[in-house]
Amino acid sequence: MSIKIALAGNPNSGKTTLFNALTGSNQFVGNWPGVTVEKKEGKIKGHSSKDDEVILVDLPGIYSLSPYTLEEVVSRNFLLDEKPNAIINIIDGSNLERNLYLTTQLVELGIPVIVAVNMMDIVRKNGDKLDTQKLSKELGCEVTEISALKSEGINDLIEKAIRVAKSGKKMVAQHSFEGSVEHALAHIEEAVLHDMPESEQRFLAIKLFERDDKVIERLNLDSRIISHIEADIKNCEDELDDDSESIITSERYAYIASIIGSCYTKRNKGKLTVTDKIDKVVTNRWLALPIFAIVMIIVYYVSVSTVGTWATDWANDGLFGDGWHLFGIGSSQYDDAVSEYAENEVFLPEVKTALEGANEAGITGADELLAAAEDKDFGAFEEAYGSYGEELAVKENGKYDITPMLPIDEEGEFSDTPDPADYGVWVPGIPVLVENGLVAVNCADWLQGLILDGIVGGVGAVLGFVPQMIVLFIFLAFLEACGYMARIAFIMDRIFRKFGLSGKSFIPMLIGSGCGVPGVMASRTIENERDRRMTIMTTTFIPCGAKLPIIALISAALFNGTWWVAPSAYFLGIAAIIVSGIMLKKTKMFAGDPAPFVMELPAYHMPTVGNILRSMWERASSFIKRAGTIILLSSIIIWAGSCFGIVDGIFTFSADMELEDSILGIVGNAICWIFSPLGFGNIKATIATIMGLVAKEEVVGVFGVLDFEGMTSLAGYAFLAFNLLCAPCFAAIGAIRREMNNPKWTAFAIAYQCVFAYAVSLMIYQIGSIFTGGLNIIGLIAAIIVAAFIIYMLVKPYKAADKLTLKTKAKA
Amino acid sequence: MQTLKDAVIGQTVKVKRLHGEGAVKRRIMDMGITKGVDVHIRKVAPLGDPIEVTVRGYELSIRKADAEMIEIE
Repeated sequence: MSIKIALAGNPNSGKTTLFNALTGSNQFVGNWPGVTVEKKEGKIKGHSSKDDEVILVDLPGIYSLSPYTLEEVVSRNFLLDEKPNAIINIIDGSNLERNLYLTTQLVELGIPVIVAVNMMDIVRKNGDKLDTQKLSKELGCEVTEISALKSEGINDLIEKAIRVAKSGKKMVAQHSFEGSVEHALAHIEEAVLHDMPESEQRFLAIKLFERDDKVIERLNLDSRIISHIEADIKNCEDELDDDSESIITSERYAYIASIIGSCYTKRNKGKLTVTDKIDKVVTNRWLALPIFAIVMIIVYYVSVSTVGTWATDWANDGLFGDGWHLFGIGSSQYDDAVSEYAENEVFLPEVKTALEGANEAGITGADELLAAAEDKDFGAFEEAYGSYGEELAVKENGKYDITPMLPIDEEGEFSDTPDPADYGVWVPGIPVLVENGLVAVNCADWLQGLILDGIVGGVGAVLGFVPQMIVLFIFLAFLEACGYMARIAFIMDRIFRKFGLSGKSFIPMLIGSGCGVPGVMASRTIENERDRRMTIMTTTFIPCGAKLPIIALISAALFNGTWWVAPSAYFLGIAAIIVSGIMLKKTKMFAGDPAPFVMELPAYHMPTVGNILRSMWERASSFIKRAGTIILLSSIIIWAGSCFGIVDGIFTFSADMELEDSILGIVGNAICWIFSPLGFGNIKATIATIMGLVAKEEVVGVFGVLDFEGMTSLAGYAFLAFNLLCAPCFAAIGAIRREMNNPKWTAFAIAYQCVFAYAVSLMIYQIGSIFTGGLNIIGLIAAIIVAAFIIYMLVKPYKAADKLTLKTKAKA
Repeated sequence: MQTLKDAVIGQTVKVKRLHGEGAVKRRIMDMGITKGVDVHIRKVAPLGDPIEVTVRGYELSIRKADAEMIEIE
């Protein structure tokens, strides 16, 4: 016979640590049916054989069994519907009073409960004493001491739990409420619940007394019975001068207060704990913000600027690129060889003279090339040449054309550059290895293209993000586990809640300025579902690293590199978040559920390495699994769209297909009218926007500098605004899908981003046209209507909801 | 009516009654702020809201708008 045990407890009670200690690696992470709350199950280590399994179900961390939060409703439904054989209730021994509040509710369910008092090592260290035997007697269930962190008392706990589960003895709650409440409860049981199993009556009676709408719905009571018991409830409320829900809550706490005095002795009352001391500094009125800034700078510097970038570059250019030098052996010799090559072949005096002339003549890109030449940076020079070489060749009748002076082959690449494989220990990248293999077996061109560019490229796109994510997730896991994350919410709450976001939304947005994919994934730390969804939807508005080349390109090509273009892009992103937050929180989709504004600031403690690594790995692997499929699939589709096409009326495949001839180009041509009201209704801009879905920097690849000839700067800025705000790249869409965990919400997020981008772009172009001439009356009217709607949404009053509207499925 | 919002930092006050209804009220009570309990006001967040209080031996952060629902003696 298999046994099912539920693990319940407050957040921060050490529940995750205990779950990991009990189940080891036998965990299955899924979702509760119908909702996006994560469900973890596992087989208990050392107690599960084939026909005698002990399954532990980890309930969400909850404070109560109220009908108001999703987690609590999910937990309640599980306990009522699936009737586990026992409940392990983990409580934090150093915070006994509030933790026992949930216990008083769990023991009413009739399911056998075993209480595990965690963090007993801290309790003892503080010199406090807990009489578990006395507590056990008062509660009417087994109470055992554990330390989940040090794995103390775990075996004893699980043996007791299995024994209790197998005994099948129903739990009977020992506490009773005030006389008049008990009187009303007895009436309710008699009137409504007499034909239910006796062990379940108590819980349901209390819930009916509280007028719990979810239980009333569940029992399907007719209005006659409801009005009958309503009279009892009302009498009791009048007598105690409070509403029924508050009466029960107060009674529970009063009961806990009455038993705690005899079981628990606190030695150092009023003495400052370690947490108090840390908080004196960390959440100090003056020091909190500077400390927060320093922590954020460290997180950003390590996970975005340094280690994260190294890891991502290695994954993209090494593992999924040409290859890399093992442990960097040979890197410096190779770099020297490249410098020597550049010095002798590229940075020649006549090249510099030509560039200086071009720079004075004001040719776009000449300054960048010149700067690279002066810095002797061959990599930057090569890249700039790729972007601007053509421009130099044609401007001013080719007076400043540097191409004939350089060792450039017919394909426009630098020839005879040093081969990195000749230096040190060179490990070829996966694409190189696969290509060699495919060439060796004489694979067909299109199949080779599919495997290399479609599949390997797509897998690379997924895995390329993982190393950086691992670095970030280690940080997040640490900040969460040590208790600082709750302080971040405390410090930043005031700013973010105005936009329907949480104080914890700061981290996703900060990381999002580096890369939107880990940014979106970082939103996991936000418990409140509504805040989390809002954060996921708006994080990618912040310009990420891959959008910088677009900004640079537009600013160089159309604004002569004016200083304000780049800052304005960030300003646009922040404004988009604020405006979206204020608008969305008033929509039906977001106004639906009440958000609890009351938050615990847990005690600080040092997390274990094992727990941090496990949390990191859970998140990284769920990105690979659940975001990976969508990224891979869409990479292949875009690859196919760009390589198959119609040349001279014949459907053909070519790896070097001109974009205009490809299927992508044909689609782009067909839909480019959509962008006419935004000022960039041409095929190139449309294809660039589609390619931006693969990766935002692809926009630049499609668009040479020359392609902007004839485009006004206003249209260019509208193009920039659209590409910054519209649907992010497929990798980020995959991350959004993973975090939303719901197809409808993913689609809504992407659609909202596109519509919002379109609206902003439309307003910029049409309203801007008033000042630059070329005014279009219809377009202007449309833009003004959009602007008026946005302003209306911004000023419309906001009303918070009071009830959880979500319907959860009763059965899996 | 004196509410928790009006209390000064460092003060310990006794809760007299909770106003309001539904989710927010229940949440506040679930967290242990019930009639008759002592609440110690620890500090105010650097930006002026929320406030940090000690109740039933642990630290709780609560927004001023919600603290206004808590009547104190």
